[in-house]
Amino acid sequence: MGEIYSYYPGCTSHSTAIEYIEASLAVIEALGIELRELPDWCCCGAASAHNLSSALALGLSAFNICEAQKEKTDLLIPCAGCYNNLSRADHALRYNPEEKEQLEKLLGFSYTGEIKMLSLVDVLAREKLRPAIRERVKKPLADLKVVCYYGCAIVRPAEITGVDDPENPMRLDTMMADLGAEVIDWSCKVDCCGADLGLTYPEKTAKLVNKIVDYAEAAGADCLVTSCALCEANIDIRQQRLPILFFTELMAEAFQIGDRQRWWKKHFNNPANLF
Amino acid sequence: MIMADNFLQQVMEESGQPVNLCYQCRKCSAGCPMVDEFDFPPNMVIRMVQLGQRDALLKSKAIWMCVSCETCGTRCPNEIRIAPIMDSLRAQCLNEGITPADSVTVALHSSFINSIKTFGRLHEATMLMAYKWKSKNFTSDLDVGLKLFLKGKIPLMPKKSRNMAKIKEIFKEAGK
Repeated sequence: MGEIYSYYPGCTSHSTAIEYIEASLAVIEALGIELRELPDWCCCGAASAHNLSSALALGLSAFNICEAQKEKTDLLIPCAGCYNNLSRADHALRYNPEEKEQLEKLLGFSYTGEIKMLSLVDVLAREKLRPAIRERVKKPLADLKVVCYYGCAIVRPAEITGVDDPENPMRLDTMMADLGAEVIDWSCKVDCCGADLGLTYPEKTAKLVNKIVDYAEAAGADCLVTSCALCEANIDIRQQRLPILFFTELMAEAFQIGDRQRWWKKHFNNPANLF
Repeated sequence: MIMADNFLQQVMEESGQPVNLCYQCRKCSAGCPMVDEFDFPPNMVIRMVQLGQRDALLKSKAIWMCVSCETCGTRCPNEIRIAPIMDSLRAQCLNEGITPADSVTVALHSSFINSIKTFGRLHEATMLMAYKWKSKNFTSDLDVGLKLFLKGKIPLMPKKSRNMAKIKEIFKEAGK
């Protein structure tokens, strides 16, 4: 393909979402896409900074846009939360002259708007990549019934994420079908998992998570598929009925690449017996 | 009434949202995943901003229970996003020195941003310890934490950003 992107790993790439990043890097390499990690980056503020100060959230995310702009290639942001925060900052820099001026002054740079913020779904679920993905499938995910769980961060607000449909996104569904899985339509695609409440009020998160998993079970799913590290953590930790996998883990399974047995063990609900 | 107008103006400016357009269809509250935990449902929060009920809002639990999932804003027929309104209300609560109705959530977020202030990035182990200390909640989820650690998901050593001077400046500018 010969495509090159800058790459923003985000904090969970070394911790709670380590299997997501390993699987994603394996898949990206298999598809001939080159990534160049930003020489310097900081936390985007996650689900915390904006709760205390929007200026802080915006400043931290803009720091990374400033670093990425130096690299002159579009920025790939696998973590859904980071993608959402950086996209918000990019949106502010692009469309809000007042905020742009403040951020440029604070960070000592001049925003050009030449690079795009891209989620991993933006990059991997492109129409033009579908033939290459289908060709790469060695072991189709036949008989695997999946529901795609998009959550919030790659979906809303739609004017910032550019999602195909904020109530019924389809890009992960299409990709899972390309991998040979049986994709089931269901009602909780874009429901919230409770986000950071998973840390403060586990029982409130468990209530939301169990509703989502009830619906997934009722739809007849073997597992949930997501692209969000926080959704994965909440749903994996707060129930013991269905496994939840990152979409790139399933791509790697279909491609038969990467250290999959080790990734399965990173989950609370081990998905090994699905394959 | 002057107070009310000022409050409405401030929230509209800080959030960038057309709060005055709300006609109480309640679509926001119908879809809110956290509404059971709110003392005032989202549609009422909007009405209270319009009416200038500042104190009740800044002391409310609702502003800390909102997880900014943006479902309400996505469905609002008047394109009012409530998440940025909540950001404005939370910041006003803290800036006015009002005791937040939910100190646990504030403990988490301040431990989190302190980790960024120290390392430029999140270091889960020290952030969680600081959060446990601040929230005085030492026992919950210890089993989950241990399991995550054993699965190699809570690294011991922090990783630092290079340009810490710039990160300090961002915090200073934000008054944090």
